Amino acid sequence: MHEMSLAEGVLQVIEDAARAQEFSKVKAVWLEIGQLSGVEVEAMKFCFDAVVRDSIADGARLEIIATPGSGWCMQCSTTVPMSEVFGECPDCGSHQMQVTGGTEMRVKELEVA
Amino acid sequence: MCTTCGCGAGEVKIDGNDPHHEHEHVHADGTRHSHGHGHEGEQSHDHGHEGEHSHDHGHRYAPVHSHAAAHSHAPGVSQKRMVQIEQDILAKNNAYAAQNRERLAARGIFTLNLVSSPGSGKTTLLCKTIEMLKGKSSVAVIEGDQQTSQDAERIRATGAPAIQINTGKGCHLDAHMVGHAMEKLSLPEDSLLMVENVGNLVCPAAFDLGEAHKVVILSVTEGEDKPIKYPDMFRAATLMLLNKCDLLPYLSFKVDAAIEFARRVNPGIEVIQLSATTGQGMDEWLNWIEVGARDTVTRKLATVDALQRRVAEPEAKLGAR
Repeated sequence: MHEMSLAEGVLQVIEDAARAQEFSKVKAVWLEIGQLSGVEVEAMKFCFDAVVRDSIADGARLEIIATPGSGWCMQCSTTVPMSEVFGECPDCGSHQMQVTGGTEMRVKELEVA
Repeated sequence: MCTTCGCGAGEVKIDGNDPHHEHEHVHADGTRHSHGHGHEGEQSHDHGHEGEHSHDHGHRYAPVHSHAAAHSHAPGVSQKRMVQIEQDILAKNNAYAAQNRERLAARGIFTLNLVSSPGSGKTTLLCKTIEMLKGKSSVAVIEGDQQTSQDAERIRATGAPAIQINTGKGCHLDAHMVGHAMEKLSLPEDSLLMVENVGNLVCPAAFDLGEAHKVVILSVTEGEDKPIKYPDMFRAATLMLLNKCDLLPYLSFKVDAAIEFARRVNPGIEVIQLSATTGQGMDEWLNWIEVGARDTVTRKLATVDALQRRVAEPEAKLGAR
């Protein structure tokens, strides 16, 4: 969705960390992006490259850690894998599902100098 | 700027003025972040960007190249230094939202974030709602649009105070902008605050503004499959208003299918069918607002009571000495 704003959010997190932990160059960034977070990875990469230009993270490598989606099926009372937010339960076919995992959008780790 | 939705930084205006510390927000790190502003207003923006476009691709498809470049900038550094961050990308927005929510709760203000695609009739619905609430509740409105203050003017014509936020290139309101608008509105205690978000069924879903609920408006002139086409928004909402229901006889829109699609994405979503033009269903909507507003005031009073008791106890002990 709004990958440009998210990429700016990533840069903000990086710059805050740079001040706190005193580093001046970011070489690689690991982002944890959930399968159900609505983030388009290709668009994120594109926006990230544009946003970090002339910043502390200029030219940094972006690594995406994709986390799988999961949901709670109210019919089966169990956690099942989900590939879409409106997915159906693979066991009973019900749509009475609440997403429980895979909505992450986190900056996990940086390689810095 | 964004390839997906065209959103970008800067250019935010609240009632035509720059929010006074916008720079603190955008320029997170002084000159380093100045690119956001550097792009704006410069004629070369588009050209410059296009020119750099190919460079961008070069980086993406030849990561080894960019790695080598990084090394050449810091030839003395060979060992890797890793920094654990573990921070949500939206953490900053969420912190502002929590602040807004706290301020609103402390004053008993029931806040709704109205979201929909453009043209669903949000502003007309708001005007009608304000008119019907006249004499019962005080309503203030924060209007979000990329450009113009036409919507705020329409709201002000009903007599309700309204503030227009122009997001410029931005595709959604964020909690920081809304916090500023709240300050300007000087909201009365125990009132209602309606935030009309930028017409967009995608981006506003992820940005918490500090509201009590997101209310998604789907008009029956749209497709009934919108809830599964834009699931994030329907999942984020507590209530779906099916608007323009007076037009149903002329359309092939299937109400049951729309509700079923919405519940598939969000099993708990409430639904009200209405028409802002004819007034059908408006009572049910106003009742929903009233219940929420009453709860908000009750919670505020409970908090105030609890605080007073907490203060009273040590005071009584001191008095007894």
